[in-house]
Amino acid sequence: MSQANPISKSPRQIWMAVLARATAADLRAHLADAPVLPGYRVLRGPEAGLVMVRGRAGGGGAPFNLGEMSVTRCTVRDDEGQIGHAYVAGRDAAQAELAARIDAALQSDLRHDQLQAAVIAPLAAAQQSAQATQARKAAATRVQFFTLATMRS
Amino acid sequence: MAYVAVKGGERAIDNAHRWMVEERRGNPQVPDLTPTQIGEQLGRAVDRVMAEGSLFDPGLAALAIKQAQGDLIEAAFLVRAYRTTLPRFASSLPLETAEMSIKRRISAVFKDMPGGQILGPTYDYTHRLLDFALEAGFTPPAPAELPTEVEAMPRIHDILGHEGLIEEDVPSNAEPFDITRSPLQFPAGRDARLQSLARGDEGFLLAIGYSTQRGWGGSHPFVGEIRVGDANVEIVPPELGFAIDIGDLALTECQMVNQFAGSKSQPPQFTRGYGLVFGHAERKAMAMALVDRALRAGELGEEATAPAQNQEFVIYHCDNIEATGFVEHLKLPHYVDFQSELETVRRMRADAEAAQ
Amino acid sequence: MSLDLPGFADPVLGAQSTFRAVLEAMSRPGTVVKIGAGLTPPAPLNAASAAVLLTLIDADTALYLPPEAGAAREWLVFHATPRMVESMPEADFALALAMPDLGFLNAGTDDGPEEGATLILQIEGIAYGELFELSGPGLPAPRRIALRGLPNDFAARWAANHRKFPRGVDLILCAGDEIVAFPRSLNIREA
Repeated sequence: MSQANPISKSPRQIWMAVLARATAADLRAHLADAPVLPGYRVLRGPEAGLVMVRGRAGGGGAPFNLGEMSVTRCTVRDDEGQIGHAYVAGRDAAQAELAARIDAALQSDLRHDQLQAAVIAPLAAAQQSAQATQARKAAATRVQFFTLATMRS
Repeated sequence: MAYVAVKGGERAIDNAHRWMVEERRGNPQVPDLTPTQIGEQLGRAVDRVMAEGSLFDPGLAALAIKQAQGDLIEAAFLVRAYRTTLPRFASSLPLETAEMSIKRRISAVFKDMPGGQILGPTYDYTHRLLDFALEAGFTPPAPAELPTEVEAMPRIHDILGHEGLIEEDVPSNAEPFDITRSPLQFPAGRDARLQSLARGDEGFLLAIGYSTQRGWGGSHPFVGEIRVGDANVEIVPPELGFAIDIGDLALTECQMVNQFAGSKSQPPQFTRGYGLVFGHAERKAMAMALVDRALRAGELGEEATAPAQNQEFVIYHCDNIEATGFVEHLKLPHYVDFQSELETVRRMRADAEAAQ
Repeated sequence: MSLDLPGFADPVLGAQSTFRAVLEAMSRPGTVVKIGAGLTPPAPLNAASAAVLLTLIDADTALYLPPEAGAAREWLVFHATPRMVESMPEADFALALAMPDLGFLNAGTDDGPEEGATLILQIEGIAYGELFELSGPGLPAPRRIALRGLPNDFAARWAANHRKFPRGVDLILCAGDEIVAFPRSLNIREA
């Protein structure tokens, strides 16, 4: 996860990013702490496909096609009327379907707070913690230059 | 060249494949290797297969390596074949590499660059002595950790650019060329070249990049910056209408800085070559950046004399899947072609003898 | 909301069987092929045109929909992810509810005749209506077909398209759950 400023993102963008990085097993484990999700109907998917990833020449110039990545998407409508979408990196159909159901339920005022507390908050904390660990390991490999000798005339 | 269909050999082929499968498995007393083990412990091989297979999916790349018995070009071929079976849902927004979460980030030109020199997990500075402890299997010590503060890591040209001494990026939102959808034409744009190089063979690019250092299209390169880490991938699905983050992508980026004497239209300054590759692949990213810079000869008004500066030579030959297809097809039956050539040589010889 | 209307029950099998059916219809012009069984697309699409579009359209194809497409637009964007274009000449595939001037569509070039567009035209009926005689590749002998909902001067307009061969536009006629396909190589005259 990059260090992009989360303040500019909507709550839904933030929870979708968290769901995209959680395995199906993670999602099931945290859902056990929340009320059962409503019944649902799949409108599309879950289906595996590709996203062409683009970079920029020189890092900031004109876009170019770098290569593709596998992505799985799913859309559901739950019995309470919410439509949930998921696009998640990789080929895990169960993750995409659960992520879409959770995305739908999170849009319900009645369910939002419980799901946010039981599923999104702990997953986000775990993802941030993993990122912080990596940053601390990187910090330990930061070079501290020192001067061997100073020439004075 | 004409092709003539022949039939036969089905049973021999089936049996050859059965034997191959047995040989791939090796001694059954030795535990079967899992793709997860390959993914966890042969990560650089997985990264290479993802880059040259042009598909970021570590699990698939690991499976391909297992299936190809570690033949990485064959594995990349398997990955390329697989990707043709999947629909493309979208193209991402251009990656923001300046905002990558950094595992490694070094510069060979600025000691004190903002954000610091971060070595990350590297083989640099090792003594290249075989480590027999690995043969026995061992549990590595936990890496050191130090507290960290969020610190911006600007790109090299953001640091040097203010004086106008280094070429700056010209931002654009032009729709890029896609070599997987449209046939290449020469001269190819930098977008098409970068896409080709990003999936190009590491060995080929390394050799061509090396040739530029040895005087074949001479330039004097410095590593402005290498960064390794993860970037978010964002797409804008039409049914949502806003950008969503679909996950992380491991990347290596290289900014190569080259002296440039200037031309009629441009003052003397440093120009840049760019490398961006899936996974942790520094050698490939560096080679790509060298070759990218060499291929910009025409655009920068340099005389293109060396192989590295020849677009058709580099781009047409850097793809190891195409190369292996054309080289390896030579082992398929050419019985009729050869018969006709044999006839031709016999006739030429008879004509030559008759003339004496 | 049109998102609630499903696409193919099984996207892979649905697309594969429809592709095979369209191939059959293109290879043997005038053959009536049934497709799209069970599809419940939003108006104004019929089952046949919906099945053709779900099968042939993806993110790599440029699709033109007429303004009358209405709710079908959102449904197709969701299920087929087309690259939408706003004018007919830019399209690889175009949907029409009434026969447009075929000259508006991309006929490809002599170097790239495969770039010629495909028109998916909804008509009132197949196997009744005005009678046409078809001949050309894929037909050992001329055959006749009745079609309802084509303009009076259809044969003359088709002839102008056919004359461009190998350039030109291919046509898939859709009525209910049936299609008939006219590749650009086909001769058509009023019978």
